[in-house]
Amino acid sequence: MSRALLGAAMVAALLVAGCGEPEQVVVYKQGKYQGKPDTRAWDNAPLAAEQRGGNWTKGDRASWETQIKNRQLAQNEYKRIGQ
Amino acid sequence: MARMKFLCDAERCIECNGCVTACKNENEVPWGVNRRRVVTINDGVIGAEKSISVACMHCSDAPCMAVCPVDCFYRTDDGVVLHDKDLCIGCGYCFYACPFGAPQFPQAGAFGLRGKMDKCTFCAGGPEADRSEAEFKKYGRNRLAEGKLPACAEMCSTKALLGGDGDVIADIYRERVLRRGKGSEVWGWGTAYGPGKPGAQPPAGAKS
Repeated sequence: MSRALLGAAMVAALLVAGCGEPEQVVVYKQGKYQGKPDTRAWDNAPLAAEQRGGNWTKGDRASWETQIKNRQLAQNEYKRIGQ
Repeated sequence: MARMKFLCDAERCIECNGCVTACKNENEVPWGVNRRRVVTINDGVIGAEKSISVACMHCSDAPCMAVCPVDCFYRTDDGVVLHDKDLCIGCGYCFYACPFGAPQFPQAGAFGLRGKMDKCTFCAGGPEADRSEAEFKKYGRNRLAEGKLPACAEMCSTKALLGGDGDVIADIYRERVLRRGKGSEVWGWGTAYGPGKPGAQPPAGAKS
């Protein structure tokens, strides 16, 4: 009797197992950089004057950005050449 | 915070390919790999021919980064999109994802062998010691660490190709557009004419 009950319970469990609704949409997860860390440009000392490396203080981002901005403005011939 | 971008002025580009040559020379890019190239439309049609120099545009929301299965891409504090060649498996997903065809693959071997991806680094090297031999061999020269801008932009003879902080080069471009009175079509209203007065809206149909 108990065997029959157990069997019936197992069959019932198998029957309702198909009624589940697992999530089928893959949730996109933003990847995270797995490579080696990189150093930042302003953590380098400027090149020697004869290599025209400009002038900034090592480790100081603001001074490096000023240096880069000066180079950028040199692309504007209205300012570079004058009127 | 600087956000490094390229901007090519189609009204000025004369298809001299000087930027391509400068990039090749500066970074000693191998044969068959073109980090930068010049694209021309209406070639030979008088008055309608336009050229533009294209390389990695260092997208703010880069598709290559999103699709890379090994997550070898990263963005520097200046907005430059770089990648780690030690991690790259050369699968080519980034090539299909990129709208500019920027990722390049060396094909020096037999049977269509595809090597690790190579692309424009905005002359910012890669994840090796700055200005080291290893960095130069893998990624090319790190001009940003030398306080310089990309070689292609700095040597452009007509100054069609501008490189640097997006805001600064947009200002340079805007000044040109205002002086000559045309050429805003490619880059949109915001870049060509600026934000204007506070709260002002661009005209209907204008690109922002």
